[in-house]
Amino acid sequence: MTKADLVEAVHTKVGFSKKESADIVEMVFDTMKDSLEHGQKIKISGFGNFEIRDKRSRVGRNPQTGEVIEISARRVLTFKPSQVLKAALNTGAAEAPSTTSNG
Amino acid sequence: MTKSSLIQAVATKMPHLSARDVEIVVNTIFDSMTDALGKGDRIEIRGFGSFSVRHRRARMGRNPKTGDSIAVPPKRVPFFTVGHELRERVNDGRLKYPIVKNRAEDDDDESETSASA
Repeated sequence: MTKADLVEAVHTKVGFSKKESADIVEMVFDTMKDSLEHGQKIKISGFGNFEIRDKRSRVGRNPQTGEVIEISARRVLTFKPSQVLKAALNTGAAEAPSTTSNG
Repeated sequence: MTKSSLIQAVATKMPHLSARDVEIVVNTIFDSMTDALGKGDRIEIRGFGSFSVRHRRARMGRNPKTGDSIAVPPKRVPFFTVGHELRERVNDGRLKYPIVKNRAEDDDDESETSASA
């Protein structure tokens, strides 16, 4: 699924023109990005939370060469799925497609 | 920012739309995304990030209170990878904007489900 599919869903289910649907979908994600850029988390009930965390600098290693390198302090975005979303992925687990064969 | 403040913000920026229209669109977006992930689809939103489904094998877990061994069934979990543009914008915001702690508007999160019903 891409943004185009979301635009299509808004167009068919809500009835806005494709152009209008595209504009609104774009505005929704732009508004979310602005909020996150400003250090403000987003809570979408029934879907999940987008949270902002500041990480201190730490010493890491290049796994290829074993070389010690400093990983700089940074701010990261994490997504915490809601219970509702987690449940939606696990209903009818038997018939849904799965890429793992071990079961 | 909660779903309702997101709806308000979008409605303010698109004054020809009612808040109700925006609410229906926002709900359609997240419902469609939930459906897609439920079907095992991957979602890719340019400039924002992608959502994929990861599989967790069955494992033996423990009840931390009693120490009892319990079988944890296999499950699917949603996984978000932040896109390049957003990752950089969030990181660049580090030196400009402090992290916003729970604002008053964030505290009504629990009541939001019932309010929108």
